[in-house]
Amino acid sequence: MPSIKLNKTVFNRLVGKELSDVELRERIPMMGTDLESVGGDEISVEVFPNRPDMLSEQGFARAFSSFIGQKTGLRRYDVKPSGSKVIIDKSVSGVRPFTACAIVRGLEFNDEKIREMIQIQEKLHVTFGRNRKKLAIGIYPLEHIKLPIRYFAEDPKKVKFQPLEFPRELTGLQILSQHPAGREYGPLLEGKDMFPFFADANNEILSMPPIINSHRTGKVTDQTEEVFIECSGFDFNTCNICLNIIVAALADMGGRICSMELEFPDCKKITPDLEPRRMKLDVPFVNKWLGLRLSEDQMTGLLARMGHGFEMGFVLVPAYRADILHMVDLAEDVAIAYGYDKFEPDLPKVATLGEESPFEVFRRRISDVLIGLGLLETNTYNLTNAVDQNSRMGTDIRLAELESAVNTDYNVLRAWMLPCMMKVLHDNKGSEYPQNIFEAGTCFRLDASSETGVCEFVRLAVALCGPDADFTRIKQVFDVLAQALDFGYDSKETEHLSFIPGRVARISVGGLDVAYIGELHPQVLDNWELEMPVSCFELNITDLYKAFK
Amino acid sequence: MDINRLVESLHPLERKASPFLAKCSTLKDLMKLSKLSEAEAMRALQWLENKGVLKITSEVKETIHLDSNGKEYLKKGLPERRFLEALKKRPLPIKDIGKAASLSAEEYTVCLGLLKSKAAISIDRGVVSVTEHGIKALSKEWLEEAFLKRVSKDGVEPSSLSPEERFSYDIFRKRKGIVKSDLEKIKRFRVTDIGKALSKEKIKAGDSIERLTPDMLRDGSWKGKTFRRYDVTINVPKIGRGRRHFVNQATDYAKQVWVEMGFKEMQGPMVNTCFWNFDALFTAQDHPVRDLQDTFYMKSPAKGKLPDKRIVDNVRAMHEHGGDLESIGWQYRWDPETAKRIILRTHTTVLSAKTISSLKRSDWPAKFFAVGRCFRNEAIDWSHLFEFNQTEGIVIDEDANFRHLLGYLKRFFAKLGFPQARFRPAYFPYTEPSVEIDVFHSVHNRWVELGGAGIFRPEVVEPLLGEAVPVLAWGPGFDRIMMEYYKVTDLRYLYRNDISQLRGMRQWMR
Repeated sequence: MPSIKLNKTVFNRLVGKELSDVELRERIPMMGTDLESVGGDEISVEVFPNRPDMLSEQGFARAFSSFIGQKTGLRRYDVKPSGSKVIIDKSVSGVRPFTACAIVRGLEFNDEKIREMIQIQEKLHVTFGRNRKKLAIGIYPLEHIKLPIRYFAEDPKKVKFQPLEFPRELTGLQILSQHPAGREYGPLLEGKDMFPFFADANNEILSMPPIINSHRTGKVTDQTEEVFIECSGFDFNTCNICLNIIVAALADMGGRICSMELEFPDCKKITPDLEPRRMKLDVPFVNKWLGLRLSEDQMTGLLARMGHGFEMGFVLVPAYRADILHMVDLAEDVAIAYGYDKFEPDLPKVATLGEESPFEVFRRRISDVLIGLGLLETNTYNLTNAVDQNSRMGTDIRLAELESAVNTDYNVLRAWMLPCMMKVLHDNKGSEYPQNIFEAGTCFRLDASSETGVCEFVRLAVALCGPDADFTRIKQVFDVLAQALDFGYDSKETEHLSFIPGRVARISVGGLDVAYIGELHPQVLDNWELEMPVSCFELNITDLYKAFK
Repeated sequence: MDINRLVESLHPLERKASPFLAKCSTLKDLMKLSKLSEAEAMRALQWLENKGVLKITSEVKETIHLDSNGKEYLKKGLPERRFLEALKKRPLPIKDIGKAASLSAEEYTVCLGLLKSKAAISIDRGVVSVTEHGIKALSKEWLEEAFLKRVSKDGVEPSSLSPEERFSYDIFRKRKGIVKSDLEKIKRFRVTDIGKALSKEKIKAGDSIERLTPDMLRDGSWKGKTFRRYDVTINVPKIGRGRRHFVNQATDYAKQVWVEMGFKEMQGPMVNTCFWNFDALFTAQDHPVRDLQDTFYMKSPAKGKLPDKRIVDNVRAMHEHGGDLESIGWQYRWDPETAKRIILRTHTTVLSAKTISSLKRSDWPAKFFAVGRCFRNEAIDWSHLFEFNQTEGIVIDEDANFRHLLGYLKRFFAKLGFPQARFRPAYFPYTEPSVEIDVFHSVHNRWVELGGAGIFRPEVVEPLLGEAVPVLAWGPGFDRIMMEYYKVTDLRYLYRNDISQLRGMRQWMR
């Protein structure tokens, strides 16, 4: 989750009321944000990803001010036509097809405001823009730009400009390898023949989205009073909401929003569009969903505390809210404004029968029997590696493999349990013997016929390790289990690469092969650096359970 | 102490040792006199010490022994003597001496230098002859030879060497394999007053019963005899019991809580398609939780199959435009290939989605739960693990509402041992409203975050169930509760399987 730092002085002024640290600590979490810290002149909060509009001092204060009842209801933002155009060339359709643009005037930038603006841009890039993959934001001082602006795509070898904070001019292609931002975001343009650019009427390059602005026309300073803003990406609606979030915040900083005409190859649009979305309020639905009995007035009062307006049965949802998809989202806003702490929990009397899965009951019975024999149950990871599963066991089982696991020691799913038992014995070489252990765990085998290509079953491994661990002892354990669970079995000599030849048997129940039992080969013990014999069995209890049914 | 009681409590080994306690003062000597093995004699001494009969002290002593060459030289003579002997009859060319005196090249070189420095030989144009001095030396025993003999007897201490012996010792130490020194642990004992009294007693081996045997019971030979008294306050060696793994004990308990509340267990695979884990839960395909760095994607197999077309089409419609509901959806182009990718489940909520999709109208109201292992692609440290336990419950009920959710949560956490719970707004892509649950931790005196909950969005339920019935859901992580209970501060500890710790772990008593 993104976290932002708020300047408390700025925040208090925007909220219009000064709350004590104690009150802030109490109220902020109840609005639906995680408070990280309050102290000194700073508030640090984590904003949930569904509320990008709260990723700035302005947005956060706007929401909070409504929430505490200071300034409730829909905030109206005036938008005046700027009379300027952005011309979108059809060449961008294959690269980054959409942009939403605005001009904001009357800003008096200082260092603090520049910091606030950069924070908004950065946080929106990371979250809402999915690290500039989905959309990228450019903000430019208007004083260096001659309108109208063009958005087009061009061969990156042919376009040359001086990127922000760089000593000399580079071509678009060179930027990818030579500029830090180019190296970081270059992969988003890699492999494209044409790169997108903004340029002004003098053909001066403004930027190459989503990478970098031009040094000459793309740097906001404390001299800047008017800015041109563009949000460019793959979905017009997303660009639009992002633009709305930014211009609303800049307007809260004191700016005046001016719209621009976007000339797409096939249509014209005007942005920003800050008209609220209208949603018919379904009072009975919200009451039923929440278990409340609110009147329409009460409900719209609560919605006003979440920044919504209301008009003739319709909720007016602010144009910067990206998270209101359905009536349930309004229901949540009602619940938050009502106060989660004010709800009276209610345990309904609905009769249902509780039941543990019969297989799990079966599995626990097995554990109980083995514990009665003095065996110790272990609990190991489902993830392991091919060396443990195969090399050390002398086997060659096909394993289900993970893609780019952070830990290379844990990059396959286990196909059988005995290697996990061996790992436990290996890790406990320093403990007293005998060490008699068992575990029933999920195992994974490739199976093209299943939905995922992997089938899962539970296998039980029992390993006896000590000076007198031998075939007789492990067979005794197996017999106790068979007797306790009341199943008969057949066994025949078999071969298995992990076991001593002539000392391993295959066991079947009802004609289904379910287990191997025997003494492990000294080479396997050596591979695990064990100096004690191990006798063991591995039993597929998913199959055993089926044989029972 | 009553000396008779003391005698009655003597173990056979102590009985064997007792007569000799006054006659010696070291473990070694006691072994010789009593004919007990080292382990037996030591055990007898320790037990006698426990009874206050004697006091054991140990010291470390350095002793000198012959090494392999030293033992050989003791038999065959020192190489330098053999060197001189070979020259006694006539001078020999340098190259022939080694063979004549049967010396190794190394021994030969050492001797040549040594004898020359002692003026016992002279070399003239490659021919070596013995000097008068040398002849004389041959006729008597050398200091070095006397030293070899002395050291060949048992353990000589360096401190006991005369200056001459010391000189030989220093020379031999520089040469290969002649002498070595060992650090020997010496156990000494001193008999106490009780011990002095005991040694005056007549003690026979075998006049008390050590172990009651079936034979004795059969033939009655126990009659009229006394049993050796045990020290009944003694510490005995530890044995291990068989027991359930403590994590499983705790998850068993969680299951019990669910069953008591009328929930039925759901089970399902850990390997899933993205469709079930994400898409069916209305998580947009570009949502960051689906990133490679958080989620375990499979390399082989990489892609699986989607379920039947009706469900897939409904889910697609929800993502793209909100389907038939009054929802706008996520407004993007949904890609079935992305949904086919195979992953390890990131939450047990995948089981809830599958369960909901299998129900028909007559099945609800219904309650289900799951307890299971989930996965996230994470580097391991004390608070992060790539596998974790989650527990999950859902209530499918036409009349369910948010207050019911809070009611279930309060009861559930009270049963888990946290009677005080509070609720905060939260965000999950598939629930609305969403709740974060904090419980009050009475020991630490603070609120602890224990998990998320909410009502499934209609966009989740409608495509799976066919209608947008409210479904209450909560899925607290379970590892935190366990760590708290078992006082474990490092998550890795839960799956370390250290056998002695498994045996000693406290029992789950809730």
